Amino acid sequence: MTTLDTQLRAVRDSGRKVLVPYFVAGLDDEWLDCVRAAAFAGADAIEIGVPFSDPIMDGIVIQEASLLALARGTTLTSVLEQLATLDIDVPLIVMTYFNIFHHHGLERAAADLAKAGVKGSIVPDLSLEEVGTWREVGNANDIASILMVAPSSPPARVGQLARQTQGFAYAAARMAVTGVASDSGRGEGVVQGIRAESDVPVYVGIGIATPEQAAAACQYADGAIVGSALVQLLLDGKGPKGVEEFISAMRAALDNVA
Amino acid sequence: MTIYMGAPDSSGRFGEFGGRFVPEALIPACLELEAAFKDAWADTAFHEEFEETLREFGGRPTPITYCPRLSAQLGIEIYLKREDLAHTGSHKINNVVGQALLTKRMGKPRMIAETGAGQHGVASATAAARLGLECTVYMGEIDTQRQALNVFRMELLGATVVPVTSGSRTLKDAVNEAMREWVTCVEDTHYCLGSVMGPHPFPWMVREFQSILGREAAEQCQTLGVGTPDFVVACVGGGSNAAGIFSGFANSTAKLIGVEAAGGSAIGFGMPGVLHGMRSMLIQDEVGQIAEAHSISAGLDYPGIGPEHAYLAATQRAEYYAAGDSEVLDALQLLSRMEGIIPALETAHAVAWVVREAGGLIPKGSKVLINLSGRGDKDVAQVRDILRGEA
Repeated sequence: MTTLDTQLRAVRDSGRKVLVPYFVAGLDDEWLDCVRAAAFAGADAIEIGVPFSDPIMDGIVIQEASLLALARGTTLTSVLEQLATLDIDVPLIVMTYFNIFHHHGLERAAADLAKAGVKGSIVPDLSLEEVGTWREVGNANDIASILMVAPSSPPARVGQLARQTQGFAYAAARMAVTGVASDSGRGEGVVQGIRAESDVPVYVGIGIATPEQAAAACQYADGAIVGSALVQLLLDGKGPKGVEEFISAMRAALDNVA
Repeated sequence: MTIYMGAPDSSGRFGEFGGRFVPEALIPACLELEAAFKDAWADTAFHEEFEETLREFGGRPTPITYCPRLSAQLGIEIYLKREDLAHTGSHKINNVVGQALLTKRMGKPRMIAETGAGQHGVASATAAARLGLECTVYMGEIDTQRQALNVFRMELLGATVVPVTSGSRTLKDAVNEAMREWVTCVEDTHYCLGSVMGPHPFPWMVREFQSILGREAAEQCQTLGVGTPDFVVACVGGGSNAAGIFSGFANSTAKLIGVEAAGGSAIGFGMPGVLHGMRSMLIQDEVGQIAEAHSISAGLDYPGIGPEHAYLAATQRAEYYAAGDSEVLDALQLLSRMEGIIPALETAHAVAWVVREAGGLIPKGSKVLINLSGRGDKDVAQVRDILRGEA
């Protein structure tokens, strides 16, 4: 088991619902302060998006933020250097597309992530069939490989994904790319499918934008992932203060889930 | 002896290139497509329907034309495989007829497609109309402006055209957006990808659909008494027309030559990377961000290349060269004046390489088969503006 597995299982076993916010690294000068603000306001793990030129799993909000971050010269190396200066007690998970690691060199990427204190990775274009080498190299550096399960994943695949994911299973609530949605989605069925196969913690993401949606997801899941709604708030210039308010409201909603 | 251009391995790889690098939400659709294609391609009735549709509707077989005047001038024998005479004006019809038939066979009522200059979009809309499928085409906003007439063509054929406003607003982003949209509608919609690229099984499947032109060409070369050409030359963006013609000669003595745009030369300037579902050669910056390609021809404006071409280059079974915008314009005019055939700007890259290398890499007296992949009608306004110094 990776450190992330141990940590996230301990949180689940304590009865706390997990909140995982997502940030686009390098979006502006304040992005690290935003990560800190989220940690202090009650995030349990934080996804750090390393921007890529062609984010095919991301909707318009994260696409726009990624292009802004890239225009500021953001790279994997610059992000990891900044993350290494963070003084927070919350596990960090890097989310990016495979070409970033592939180009950096897989062993070097995993070692650099570990050096910066990162505990896990989400690479949406690395399918179950392709993730093997990266997971091996990651595990040698205590980096967990988190896999997504989609509403379209047939039962046999759900079993494989649930058994092979590390840290947690990322249950996609919708057949959609990242973004804000208003409907309740199909997360519950996905979570039930995973639960039937594994005792890994299960968090729901894709389309979760409000405290109410997060709390609803945590009626059946162990946690909720919120990305685009938070990134939109930063694109609107709300900064660390806005992050703190947003995360606090999310936290309160999750703490009220029985 | 290595047999070239057979099926990829079970992971969809040609050597170290290919694979299936897409989000989990799309994996089941890729698996379904792989199974459906294998089933169809083993079914004589499907082959008959495919070939009959291309014969009665698509204008196949296309002829091979000998170029007497250009041959005399260059001191080599030049033959053209006339895909410009196929319906919709290029080889694109072969692939879309195959995929549209497969869409129906899978019971899906709708397909989506990406397009750069609009050729694949028009072909997709055409096949969809013929077979009664709904069709939505994603096209970069810049390309919808550059190719406004093709947008109208697609609409006339009953398709919906969605301008893509993200990223560079050209072909690369049209593919991104088509993939994003496919996630939302994968249960009733097939993604009709336009070239030998993308996740497995697309590179293999599209090559198989295009191989009809290579088989035809090989037979015609025998019938015409040409025998095996010394060189088989095709332009390469993603590489579907090249894959089609190469497949007819991959296990012969012919030298296979792919010609990329100088500003989009994935083999020449690229490195291995992962984009749009495949591991292949890609033009990238020093940290792995994908570069934007630049070419006079929108159809070659793509920073990558199909994975099988990356493999053919790595094994040196095929060689890849680049042609620049100005020699391409010259070649377009030369073929027009000397042989009465206006080629597409994409196709003119292959012609330009042959003109440049006749007597150089191509020894005098060689027999050269060029895949004349598309007609130039779509480009005449752009070429006029450039030649008049207005672009």
